[in-house]
Amino acid sequence: MTTYLATPDPATATHAAPPPLAEPSGWHEIRLTVNGAPVTAQVESRLLLSDFLRDRLRLTGTHVGCEHGVCGACTVLVDGEPARSCLTLAVQCTGAELRTVEGLAPGDAPLTPVQRAFHECHGMQCGFCTPGFVMTATALTEQPERPDAADVADALSGHLCRCTGYRNIRRAVCQALDERFAGGPAGRGE
Amino acid sequence: MKPTPFDYSAPGSVAEVLALLADEEREAKVLAGGQSLIPMLSMRLARPGLLVDITRVPCLDRLYVDASGALHVGAAVRQSRAADDPAVHDGWPLLAAAIRRIGHPQIRHRGTVCGSLAHHDPAAELPTAALALDARFVIAGPGGTRTVGAADFFVATFQTAVAPDELLTEVVLPPRAGDGWAFEELARRHGDFATVGVAVTLRRAPDRRTVAAARAVFCGAGPVPVRLPAVEEALTGTDAGAAALDAAASAALAGLTPADDVHATAAYRREAAAHLLVRACTLAWERCS
Ligand SMILES: Cc1cc2nc3c(=O)[nH]c(=O)nc-3n(C[C@@H](O)[C@H](O)[C@H](O)COP(=O)(O)OP(=O)(O)OC[C@H]3O[C@@H](n4cnc5c(N)ncnc54)[C@H](O)[C@@H]3O)c2cc1C
Ligand code: FES
Ligand code: FES
Repeated sequence: MTTYLATPDPATATHAAPPPLAEPSGWHEIRLTVNGAPVTAQVESRLLLSDFLRDRLRLTGTHVGCEHGVCGACTVLVDGEPARSCLTLAVQCTGAELRTVEGLAPGDAPLTPVQRAFHECHGMQCGFCTPGFVMTATALTEQPERPDAADVADALSGHLCRCTGYRNIRRAVCQALDERFAGGPAGRGE
Repeated sequence: MKPTPFDYSAPGSVAEVLALLADEEREAKVLAGGQSLIPMLSMRLARPGLLVDITRVPCLDRLYVDASGALHVGAAVRQSRAADDPAVHDGWPLLAAAIRRIGHPQIRHRGTVCGSLAHHDPAAELPTAALALDARFVIAGPGGTRTVGAADFFVATFQTAVAPDELLTEVVLPPRAGDGWAFEELARRHGDFATVGVAVTLRRAPDRRTVAAARAVFCGAGPVPVRLPAVEEALTGTDAGAAALDAAASAALAGLTPADDVHATAAYRREAAAHLLVRACTLAWERCS
Protein backbone atom coordinates (compact mmCIF):
# COMPACT_ATOMS: atom_id res chain seq x y z
CA MET A 1 0.00 0.00 0.00
CA THR A 2 2.83 2.40 0.66
CA THR A 3 4.21 1.72 -2.79
CA TYR A 4 1.23 3.61 -4.08
CA LEU A 5 2.43 6.76 -2.42
CA ALA A 6 6.12 6.03 -2.64
CA THR A 7 5.73 6.34 -6.41
CA PRO A 8 3.81 9.56 -6.86
CA ASP A 9 3.04 8.80 -10.46
CA PRO A 10 -0.18 10.52 -11.54
CA ALA A 11 -0.67 7.83 -14.17
CA THR A 12 -0.86 5.00 -11.65
CA ALA A 13 -2.70 7.21 -9.20
CA THR A 14 -5.57 7.75 -11.61
CA HIS A 15 -8.58 5.56 -11.14
CA ALA A 16 -9.97 5.77 -14.65
CA ALA A 17 -12.72 3.18 -14.28
CA PRO A 18 -14.91 3.64 -11.24
CA PRO A 19 -16.35 0.48 -9.72
CA PRO A 20 -19.90 -0.39 -10.78
CA LEU A 21 -22.71 1.06 -8.74
CA ALA A 22 -26.07 -0.23 -7.63
CA GLU A 23 -27.75 3.12 -8.17
CA PRO A 24 -27.07 6.12 -10.41
CA SER A 25 -25.34 9.06 -8.85
CA GLY A 26 -23.09 11.97 -9.61
CA TRP A 27 -19.49 11.25 -10.49
CA HIS A 28 -16.66 13.73 -10.35
CA GLU A 29 -13.02 13.85 -11.19
CA ILE A 30 -11.10 15.13 -8.19
CA ARG A 31 -7.50 16.27 -8.00
CA LEU A 32 -5.81 16.62 -4.70
CA THR A 33 -2.54 15.94 -2.91
CA VAL A 34 -2.29 13.02 -0.52
CA ASN A 35 0.85 12.79 1.58
CA GLY A 36 2.70 14.94 -0.92
CA ALA A 37 1.70 12.92 -3.99
CA PRO A 38 -0.74 14.23 -6.58
CA VAL A 39 -3.86 12.10 -6.89
CA THR A 40 -6.53 12.19 -9.57
CA ALA A 41 -9.58 10.02 -9.11
CA GLN A 42 -13.13 9.54 -10.22
CA VAL A 43 -15.40 9.56 -7.20
CA GLU A 44 -19.08 9.30 -6.56
CA SER A 45 -20.61 12.36 -4.82
CA ARG A 46 -21.55 10.37 -1.75
CA LEU A 47 -18.12 8.78 -1.17
CA LEU A 48 -16.84 9.75 2.25
CA LEU A 49 -13.23 10.88 2.49
CA SER A 50 -12.56 8.11 5.03
CA ASP A 51 -13.72 5.48 2.52
CA PHE A 52 -11.81 7.14 -0.30
CA LEU A 53 -8.60 6.96 1.71
CA ARG A 54 -9.12 3.41 2.95
CA ASP A 55 -10.83 1.63 0.09
CA ARG A 56 -9.61 3.49 -2.96
CA LEU A 57 -6.13 4.60 -1.96
CA ARG A 58 -5.61 1.62 0.37
CA LEU A 59 -4.43 3.98 3.11
CA THR A 60 -5.96 1.92 5.87
CA GLY A 61 -4.09 3.69 8.66
CA THR A 62 -7.03 6.08 8.87
CA HIS A 63 -9.46 4.18 11.06
CA VAL A 64 -13.24 4.35 11.06
CA GLY A 65 -15.09 3.91 14.34
CA CYS A 66 -18.37 5.72 14.78
CA GLU A 67 -18.75 7.31 11.35
CA HIS A 68 -20.61 10.29 12.72
CA GLY A 69 -17.88 12.54 14.00
CA VAL A 70 -17.70 11.51 17.64
CA CYS A 71 -14.75 9.14 18.06
CA GLY A 72 -11.96 10.89 16.15
CA ALA A 73 -10.34 7.70 14.81
CA CYS A 74 -10.71 8.97 11.23
CA THR A 75 -9.01 12.33 11.83
CA VAL A 76 -6.63 13.42 9.06
CA LEU A 77 -5.03 16.76 8.23
CA VAL A 78 -6.88 18.75 5.57
CA ASP A 79 -4.75 21.72 4.50
CA GLY A 80 -2.83 21.34 7.74
CA GLU A 81 -5.80 21.24 10.08
CA PRO A 82 -7.17 18.13 11.78
CA ALA A 83 -10.63 17.24 10.49
CA ARG A 84 -12.98 14.25 10.48
CA SER A 85 -12.62 12.28 7.26
CA CYS A 86 -15.98 10.60 8.00
CA LEU A 87 -17.70 14.00 8.00
CA THR A 88 -16.12 15.09 4.73
CA LEU A 89 -17.00 13.99 1.22
CA ALA A 90 -14.07 13.05 -1.01
CA VAL A 91 -15.47 15.38 -3.68
CA GLN A 92 -15.18 18.34 -1.27
CA CYS A 93 -11.42 17.82 -1.18
CA THR A 94 -10.66 18.88 -4.73
CA GLY A 95 -7.55 21.03 -4.53
CA ALA A 96 -6.91 20.14 -0.88
CA GLU A 97 -3.70 18.89 0.64
CA LEU A 98 -4.32 15.83 2.78
CA ARG A 99 -2.01 14.13 5.21
CA THR A 100 -2.68 10.75 6.75
CA VAL A 101 -0.72 8.74 9.29
CA GLU A 102 1.05 6.91 6.43
CA GLY A 103 2.58 10.20 5.33
CA LEU A 104 4.40 10.89 8.60
CA ALA A 105 7.28 8.45 8.25
CA PRO A 106 6.97 6.79 4.84
CA GLY A 107 9.11 3.76 4.01
CA ASP A 108 12.26 3.61 6.12
CA ALA A 109 12.10 7.25 7.27
CA PRO A 110 12.63 7.71 11.01
CA LEU A 111 9.51 8.16 13.13
CA THR A 112 8.37 11.75 13.69
CA PRO A 113 8.77 13.19 17.21
CA VAL A 114 5.05 12.60 17.80
CA GLN A 115 5.22 8.98 16.70
CA ARG A 116 8.38 8.42 18.72
CA ALA A 117 6.74 9.97 21.80
CA PHE A 118 3.69 7.68 21.45
CA HIS A 119 6.10 4.75 21.23
CA GLU A 120 8.28 5.79 24.16
CA CYS A 121 5.42 6.83 26.47
CA HIS A 122 3.36 3.82 25.48
CA GLY A 123 0.58 6.10 24.30
CA MET A 124 -1.47 3.22 22.95
CA GLN A 125 -2.92 -0.12 23.90
CA CYS A 126 -4.86 -1.72 21.06
CA GLY A 127 -3.86 1.14 18.75
CA PHE A 128 -7.25 1.64 17.15
CA CYS A 129 -7.56 5.29 18.15
CA THR A 130 -3.86 6.01 17.66
CA PRO A 131 -3.76 7.33 14.07
CA GLY A 132 -6.35 9.97 14.90
CA PHE A 133 -4.57 11.07 18.07
CA VAL A 134 -1.24 11.14 16.23
CA MET A 135 -2.62 13.39 13.48
CA THR A 136 -4.17 15.83 15.95
CA ALA A 137 -0.92 15.86 17.97
CA THR A 138 1.07 16.43 14.80
CA ALA A 139 -1.01 19.52 14.04
CA LEU A 140 -0.39 20.77 17.60
CA THR A 141 3.37 20.49 17.16
CA GLU A 142 3.15 22.38 13.86
CA GLN A 143 1.57 25.49 15.34
CA PRO A 144 3.79 28.57 15.40
CA GLU A 145 3.56 28.86 19.20
CA ARG A 146 3.31 26.24 21.88
CA PRO A 147 -0.37 25.48 22.55
CA ASP A 148 -1.28 25.89 26.24
CA ALA A 149 -2.60 23.08 28.43
CA ALA A 150 -6.22 24.08 27.76
CA ASP A 151 -5.66 23.94 23.99
CA VAL A 152 -4.07 20.51 24.30
CA ALA A 153 -6.98 19.25 26.42
CA ASP A 154 -9.46 20.73 23.94
CA ALA A 155 -7.76 19.07 20.98
CA LEU A 156 -7.47 15.68 22.73
CA SER A 157 -11.12 15.84 23.82
CA GLY A 158 -11.94 15.33 20.14
CA HIS A 159 -10.75 11.71 20.39
CA LEU A 160 -12.04 8.68 22.22
CA CYS A 161 -9.79 5.85 23.34
CA ARG A 162 -11.74 2.76 24.27
CA CYS A 163 -8.71 1.30 26.01
CA THR A 164 -8.63 4.46 28.14
CA GLY A 165 -4.96 5.09 27.55
CA TYR A 166 -5.42 8.80 28.07
CA ARG A 167 -2.72 9.38 30.69
CA ASN A 168 -0.02 8.00 28.46
CA ILE A 169 -1.42 9.64 25.38
CA ARG A 170 -1.31 12.99 27.12
CA ARG A 171 2.23 12.27 28.29
CA ALA A 172 3.26 11.46 24.74
CA VAL A 173 1.76 14.65 23.39
CA CYS A 174 3.48 16.71 26.11
CA GLN A 175 6.81 15.05 25.32
CA ALA A 176 6.44 15.86 21.63
CA LEU A 177 5.52 19.45 22.45
CA ASP A 178 8.49 19.76 24.84
CA GLU A 179 10.77 18.50 22.15
CA ARG A 180 9.36 20.88 19.58
CA PHE A 181 9.03 24.04 21.69
CA ALA A 182 11.35 23.77 24.70
CA GLY A 183 14.60 23.39 22.80
CA GLY A 184 14.77 19.63 23.24
CA PRO A 185 16.44 17.40 20.66
CA ALA A 186 15.35 18.49 17.21
CA GLY A 187 13.06 16.04 15.49
CA ARG A 188 12.97 14.93 11.93
CA GLY A 189 12.36 17.71 9.45
CA GLU A 190 12.72 20.52 11.96
CA MET B 1 -24.57 3.21 6.92
CA LYS B 2 -23.59 5.29 3.93
CA PRO B 3 -25.46 8.22 2.36
CA THR B 4 -27.99 7.48 -0.36
CA PRO B 5 -26.84 8.64 -3.81
CA PHE B 6 -27.01 12.32 -4.65
CA ASP B 7 -25.55 14.74 -7.12
CA TYR B 8 -23.07 17.36 -6.03
CA SER B 9 -22.25 20.79 -7.35
CA ALA B 10 -19.82 23.46 -6.16
CA PRO B 11 -20.87 26.64 -7.96
CA GLY B 12 -18.88 29.86 -8.02
CA SER B 13 -21.58 32.47 -7.42
CA VAL B 14 -24.64 33.08 -5.27
CA ALA B 15 -26.80 33.30 -8.41
CA GLU B 16 -25.74 29.79 -9.42
CA VAL B 17 -26.38 28.50 -5.89
CA LEU B 18 -29.91 29.92 -6.01
CA ALA B 19 -30.54 28.46 -9.47
CA LEU B 20 -29.57 25.01 -8.17
CA LEU B 21 -31.68 25.39 -5.01
CA ALA B 22 -34.66 26.25 -7.23
CA ASP B 23 -34.49 22.75 -8.80
CA GLU B 24 -38.03 21.43 -8.64
CA GLU B 25 -37.18 17.91 -9.78
CA ARG B 26 -35.19 16.92 -6.75
CA GLU B 27 -34.61 18.14 -3.22
CA ALA B 28 -31.51 20.32 -3.18
CA LYS B 29 -29.67 21.04 0.06
CA VAL B 30 -26.96 23.53 0.94
CA LEU B 31 -23.68 21.90 2.03
CA ALA B 32 -21.44 24.17 4.12
CA GLY B 33 -19.05 22.48 6.58
CA GLY B 34 -21.07 19.26 6.55
CA GLN B 35 -20.56 18.70 10.28
CA SER B 36 -24.29 18.28 10.86
CA LEU B 37 -25.44 17.44 7.34
CA ILE B 38 -23.04 14.57 6.58
CA PRO B 39 -23.91 12.59 9.73
CA MET B 40 -27.58 13.07 8.79
CA LEU B 41 -26.83 11.74 5.30
CA SER B 42 -24.87 8.79 6.65
CA MET B 43 -27.67 7.90 9.06
CA ARG B 44 -30.08 8.40 6.15
CA LEU B 45 -32.11 10.92 8.12
CA ALA B 46 -31.75 13.14 5.04
CA ARG B 47 -31.94 11.95 1.43
CA PRO B 48 -31.47 15.02 -0.76
CA GLY B 49 -31.11 14.61 -4.51
CA LEU B 50 -28.50 17.35 -4.82
CA LEU B 51 -25.95 18.95 -2.53
CA VAL B 52 -24.91 22.49 -3.34
CA ASP B 53 -21.48 23.12 -1.83
CA ILE B 54 -21.32 26.85 -1.08
CA THR B 55 -17.74 26.95 0.20
CA ARG B 56 -16.28 27.78 -3.22
CA VAL B 57 -18.29 30.96 -3.73
CA PRO B 58 -15.64 33.66 -3.24
CA CYS B 59 -17.90 36.40 -1.83
CA LEU B 60 -19.25 34.08 0.89
CA ASP B 61 -15.78 33.67 2.35
CA ARG B 62 -15.62 37.21 3.72
CA LEU B 63 -15.14 38.11 7.39
CA TYR B 64 -14.82 41.86 7.95
CA VAL B 65 -15.84 44.90 9.98
CA ASP B 66 -17.72 47.50 7.92
CA ALA B 67 -17.55 51.32 8.18
CA SER B 68 -20.33 51.39 10.81
CA GLY B 69 -18.36 48.98 12.98
CA ALA B 70 -20.57 45.94 12.35
CA LEU B 71 -19.05 42.48 11.90
CA HIS B 72 -19.99 40.51 8.77
CA VAL B 73 -19.50 36.75 8.79
CA GLY B 74 -20.05 35.16 5.36
CA ALA B 75 -21.71 31.78 4.90
CA ALA B 76 -18.46 29.98 4.06
CA VAL B 77 -16.50 31.32 7.06
CA ARG B 78 -15.46 28.43 9.24
CA GLN B 79 -15.98 28.47 12.98
CA SER B 80 -12.26 28.28 13.89
CA ARG B 81 -11.42 31.13 11.55
CA ALA B 82 -14.04 33.38 13.17
CA ALA B 83 -13.04 32.39 16.72
CA ASP B 84 -9.34 33.05 16.03
CA ASP B 85 -9.86 36.37 14.24
CA PRO B 86 -8.39 39.30 16.22
CA ALA B 87 -11.31 41.61 15.32
CA VAL B 88 -13.80 39.04 16.63
CA HIS B 89 -11.71 38.44 19.70
CA ASP B 90 -11.65 42.17 20.54
CA GLY B 91 -15.11 43.25 19.42
CA TRP B 92 -17.37 40.18 19.81
CA PRO B 93 -15.70 37.98 22.45
CA LEU B 94 -19.09 36.38 23.21
CA LEU B 95 -19.17 35.02 19.66
CA ALA B 96 -15.66 33.57 20.01
CA ALA B 97 -16.54 32.01 23.38
CA ALA B 98 -19.73 30.45 22.00
CA ILE B 99 -17.83 28.98 19.05
CA ARG B 100 -15.19 27.45 21.33
CA ARG B 101 -17.96 25.50 23.04
CA ILE B 102 -18.90 23.75 19.78
CA GLY B 103 -17.62 20.20 19.82
CA HIS B 104 -13.87 20.02 19.27
CA PRO B 105 -11.31 21.85 17.14
CA GLN B 106 -11.53 19.02 14.57
CA ILE B 107 -15.23 19.89 14.09
CA ARG B 108 -14.79 23.68 14.20
CA HIS B 109 -12.15 23.57 11.47
CA ARG B 110 -14.83 22.53 8.99
CA GLY B 111 -18.13 23.72 10.49
CA THR B 112 -19.26 27.22 9.50
CA VAL B 113 -20.78 29.93 11.71
CA CYS B 114 -23.76 30.34 9.36
CA GLY B 115 -24.21 26.56 9.03
CA SER B 116 -24.78 26.24 12.77
CA LEU B 117 -27.26 29.15 12.68
CA ALA B 118 -29.12 27.77 9.64
CA HIS B 119 -29.18 24.27 11.15
CA HIS B 120 -30.64 25.64 14.42
CA ASP B 121 -30.30 22.82 16.89
CA PRO B 122 -32.09 24.08 20.03
CA ALA B 123 -29.11 23.03 22.17
CA ALA B 124 -26.57 24.78 19.92
CA GLU B 125 -24.60 27.71 21.27
CA LEU B 126 -24.47 30.02 18.25
CA PRO B 127 -28.21 30.74 17.86
CA THR B 128 -28.29 31.86 21.49
CA ALA B 129 -25.18 34.00 21.08
CA ALA B 130 -26.64 35.49 17.88
CA LEU B 131 -29.83 36.55 19.69
CA ALA B 132 -27.85 37.99 22.61
CA LEU B 133 -25.73 39.96 20.13
CA ASP B 134 -28.75 41.22 18.18
CA ALA B 135 -27.59 39.61 14.93
CA ARG B 136 -29.12 40.37 11.56
CA PHE B 137 -29.38 37.63 8.96
CA VAL B 138 -28.97 38.35 5.26
CA ILE B 139 -30.96 35.87 3.16
CA ALA B 140 -30.78 35.63 -0.63
CA GLY B 141 -33.62 34.00 -2.53
CA PRO B 142 -35.38 33.94 -5.88
CA GLY B 143 -37.12 37.24 -5.06
CA GLY B 144 -33.93 39.08 -4.05
CA THR B 145 -32.20 39.66 -0.74
CA ARG B 146 -33.88 40.34 2.59
CA THR B 147 -32.63 40.93 6.11
CA VAL B 148 -34.20 39.28 9.14
CA GLY B 149 -33.58 40.12 12.81
CA ALA B 150 -32.56 37.44 15.30
CA ALA B 151 -35.95 37.51 17.05
CA ASP B 152 -37.65 36.41 13.81
CA PHE B 153 -34.93 34.16 12.41
CA PHE B 154 -35.30 31.13 14.71
CA VAL B 155 -38.72 29.57 14.11
CA ALA B 156 -38.67 26.10 15.69
CA THR B 157 -36.30 23.19 16.28
CA PHE B 158 -34.21 22.77 13.07
CA GLN B 159 -36.33 25.50 11.45
CA THR B 160 -35.40 29.09 10.59
CA ALA B 161 -36.67 31.91 8.37
CA VAL B 162 -34.51 30.51 5.54
CA ALA B 163 -36.74 28.72 3.00
CA PRO B 164 -35.44 25.64 1.11
CA ASP B 165 -34.79 27.73 -2.02
CA GLU B 166 -32.96 30.44 -0.07
CA LEU B 167 -29.40 30.91 1.13
CA LEU B 168 -28.23 32.58 4.33
CA THR B 169 -25.39 34.61 2.82
CA GLU B 170 -24.06 36.27 5.97
CA VAL B 171 -24.74 37.13 9.58
CA VAL B 172 -24.12 40.72 10.70
CA LEU B 173 -23.36 41.63 14.31
CA PRO B 174 -23.69 45.29 15.38
CA PRO B 175 -20.82 46.83 17.40
CA ARG B 176 -20.95 46.08 21.13
CA ALA B 177 -19.09 49.04 22.59
CA GLY B 178 -17.88 48.07 26.02
CA ASP B 179 -20.64 45.60 26.89
CA GLY B 180 -19.72 42.95 29.43
CA TRP B 181 -20.51 39.42 28.33
CA ALA B 182 -20.53 35.81 29.45
CA PHE B 183 -21.55 32.44 28.04
CA GLU B 184 -22.11 29.78 30.67
CA GLU B 185 -23.37 26.29 30.02
CA LEU B 186 -23.92 22.95 31.61
CA ALA B 187 -22.88 20.04 29.39
CA ARG B 188 -22.27 16.41 30.32
CA ARG B 189 -18.77 16.66 28.94
CA HIS B 190 -16.73 19.52 27.56
CA GLY B 191 -17.55 19.70 23.85
CA ASP B 192 -21.05 18.30 24.14
CA PHE B 193 -24.15 20.25 23.25
CA ALA B 194 -25.49 22.30 26.17
CA THR B 195 -27.99 20.62 28.47
CA VAL B 196 -28.83 24.22 29.30
CA GLY B 197 -26.83 27.42 28.85
CA VAL B 198 -27.08 31.19 28.95
CA ALA B 199 -25.57 34.15 27.14
CA VAL B 200 -25.57 37.48 29.01
CA THR B 201 -24.55 40.98 27.97
CA LEU B 202 -24.54 43.93 30.39
CA ARG B 203 -23.86 47.61 29.79
CA ARG B 204 -22.81 49.98 32.56
CA ALA B 205 -24.52 53.36 32.90
CA PRO B 206 -22.26 56.46 32.58
CA ASP B 207 -21.98 56.55 36.42
CA ARG B 208 -20.50 53.03 36.08
CA ARG B 209 -22.44 51.87 39.11
CA THR B 210 -25.70 50.71 37.57
CA VAL B 211 -26.82 48.44 34.76
CA ALA B 212 -27.99 50.51 31.80
CA ALA B 213 -29.00 47.58 29.62
CA ALA B 214 -29.08 43.81 29.96
CA ARG B 215 -29.70 40.82 27.73
CA ALA B 216 -30.15 37.23 28.81
CA VAL B 217 -30.78 34.43 26.32
CA PHE B 218 -30.97 30.73 27.18
CA CYS B 219 -30.20 27.65 25.08
CA GLY B 220 -31.44 24.13 25.73
CA ALA B 221 -34.56 25.70 27.28
CA GLY B 222 -37.01 25.47 24.40
CA PRO B 223 -37.32 24.97 20.64
CA VAL B 224 -35.72 28.38 19.97
CA PRO B 225 -33.25 30.51 21.96
CA VAL B 226 -35.23 31.94 24.88
CA ARG B 227 -34.86 35.64 25.69
CA LEU B 228 -36.44 36.60 29.02
CA PRO B 229 -37.43 40.29 29.32
CA ALA B 230 -38.35 39.74 33.00
CA VAL B 231 -34.75 38.77 33.76
CA GLU B 232 -33.46 41.79 31.88
CA GLU B 233 -35.85 44.11 33.76
CA ALA B 234 -34.78 42.61 37.08
CA LEU B 235 -31.19 43.62 36.27
CA THR B 236 -31.65 47.00 34.56
CA GLY B 237 -31.14 49.99 36.84
CA THR B 238 -29.66 47.88 39.64
CA ASP B 239 -26.09 47.68 40.92
CA ALA B 240 -25.87 44.03 39.80
CA GLY B 241 -25.46 43.12 43.46
CA ALA B 242 -26.75 40.08 45.32
CA ALA B 243 -30.36 41.30 45.56
CA ALA B 244 -30.53 42.03 41.82
CA LEU B 245 -28.99 38.66 40.93
CA ASP B 246 -31.48 36.95 43.21
CA ALA B 247 -34.36 38.70 41.52
CA ALA B 248 -32.97 37.81 38.08
CA ALA B 249 -32.62 34.15 39.09
CA SER B 250 -36.21 34.09 40.37
CA ALA B 251 -37.40 35.61 37.12
CA ALA B 252 -35.54 32.89 35.22
CA LEU B 253 -37.07 30.16 37.37
CA ALA B 254 -40.52 31.61 36.79
CA GLY B 255 -40.08 32.34 33.09
CA LEU B 256 -38.38 29.23 31.71
CA THR B 257 -40.49 26.32 30.49
CA PRO B 258 -37.93 23.77 29.24
CA ALA B 259 -38.87 20.21 28.32
CA ASP B 260 -37.96 16.93 29.99
CA ASP B 261 -35.71 14.69 27.96
CA VAL B 262 -33.15 11.93 28.41
CA HIS B 263 -30.46 14.44 29.40
CA ALA B 264 -32.35 16.26 32.16
CA THR B 265 -35.76 16.93 33.67
CA ALA B 266 -37.41 20.31 33.18
CA ALA B 267 -37.04 21.11 36.88
CA TYR B 268 -33.32 20.35 36.81
CA ARG B 269 -32.84 22.48 33.69
CA ARG B 270 -34.68 25.42 35.26
CA GLU B 271 -32.67 25.20 38.46
CA ALA B 272 -29.38 24.91 36.57
CA ALA B 273 -30.32 27.81 34.30
CA ALA B 274 -30.90 30.09 37.29
CA HIS B 275 -27.48 29.21 38.73
CA LEU B 276 -25.76 29.68 35.38
CA LEU B 277 -27.48 33.06 35.00
CA VAL B 278 -26.09 34.32 38.30
CA ARG B 279 -22.61 33.17 37.37
CA ALA B 280 -22.88 34.71 33.90
CA CYS B 281 -24.15 38.07 35.24
CA THR B 282 -21.30 38.26 37.75
CA LEU B 283 -18.74 37.59 35.02
CA ALA B 284 -20.39 39.94 32.54
CA TRP B 285 -20.46 42.76 35.10
CA GLU B 286 -16.74 42.35 35.78
CA ARG B 287 -16.04 42.37 32.05
CA CYS B 288 -17.84 45.69 31.35
CA SER B 289 -15.39 48.34 30.23
C1 LIG C 1 -18.89 15.47 17.35
C2 LIG C 1 -19.71 16.71 17.12
C3 LIG C 1 -19.97 17.55 18.18
C4 LIG C 1 -20.71 18.72 17.99
N1 LIG C 1 -20.94 19.51 19.07
C5 LIG C 1 -21.65 20.64 18.91
C6 LIG C 1 -21.87 21.51 20.02
O1 LIG C 1 -21.43 21.26 21.15
N2 LIG C 1 -22.59 22.64 19.79
C7 LIG C 1 -23.10 22.95 18.55
O2 LIG C 1 -23.73 23.99 18.42
N3 LIG C 1 -22.91 22.15 17.49
C8 LIG C 1 -22.21 21.01 17.64
N4 LIG C 1 -22.01 20.19 16.54
C9 LIG C 1 -22.63 20.58 15.21
C10 LIG C 1 -21.84 21.70 14.56
O3 LIG C 1 -20.53 21.35 14.60
C11 LIG C 1 -22.06 21.96 13.06
O4 LIG C 1 -20.90 22.51 12.58
C12 LIG C 1 -23.05 22.97 12.72
O5 LIG C 1 -24.26 22.69 13.37
C13 LIG C 1 -23.30 22.99 11.21
O6 LIG C 1 -22.40 23.81 10.49
P1 LIG C 1 -21.85 23.28 9.06
O7 LIG C 1 -21.20 24.43 8.40
O8 LIG C 1 -21.04 22.07 9.26
O9 LIG C 1 -23.22 23.01 8.29
P2 LIG C 1 -23.71 21.76 7.43
O10 LIG C 1 -23.61 20.50 8.20
O11 LIG C 1 -23.08 21.82 6.09
O12 LIG C 1 -25.25 22.18 7.27
C14 LIG C 1 -26.16 22.06 8.35
C15 LIG C 1 -27.58 22.41 7.86
O13 LIG C 1 -27.70 23.80 7.59
C16 LIG C 1 -27.98 24.05 6.21
N5 LIG C 1 -27.14 25.18 5.83
C17 LIG C 1 -25.79 25.31 6.06
N6 LIG C 1 -25.36 26.52 5.65
C18 LIG C 1 -26.44 27.17 5.15
C19 LIG C 1 -26.63 28.46 4.57
N7 LIG C 1 -25.61 29.34 4.46
N8 LIG C 1 -27.87 28.80 4.14
C20 LIG C 1 -28.90 27.93 4.26
N9 LIG C 1 -28.79 26.71 4.81
C21 LIG C 1 -27.56 26.32 5.25
C22 LIG C 1 -27.66 22.74 5.50
O14 LIG C 1 -28.44 22.58 4.34
C23 LIG C 1 -27.97 21.72 6.56
O15 LIG C 1 -29.35 21.46 6.58
C24 LIG C 1 -21.24 19.03 16.70
C25 LIG C 1 -20.98 18.19 15.63
C26 LIG C 1 -20.22 17.04 15.82
C27 LIG C 1 -19.97 16.16 14.66
S1 FES D 1 -15.12 7.50 12.45
FE1 FES D 1 -14.96 9.62 12.08
S2 FES D 1 -15.12 10.43 14.05
FE2 FES D 1 -15.55 8.33 14.40
S1 FES E 1 -5.55 2.31 22.34
FE1 FES E 1 -7.30 1.08 22.06
S2 FES E 1 -8.79 2.53 21.54
FE2 FES E 1 -7.16 3.73 22.16
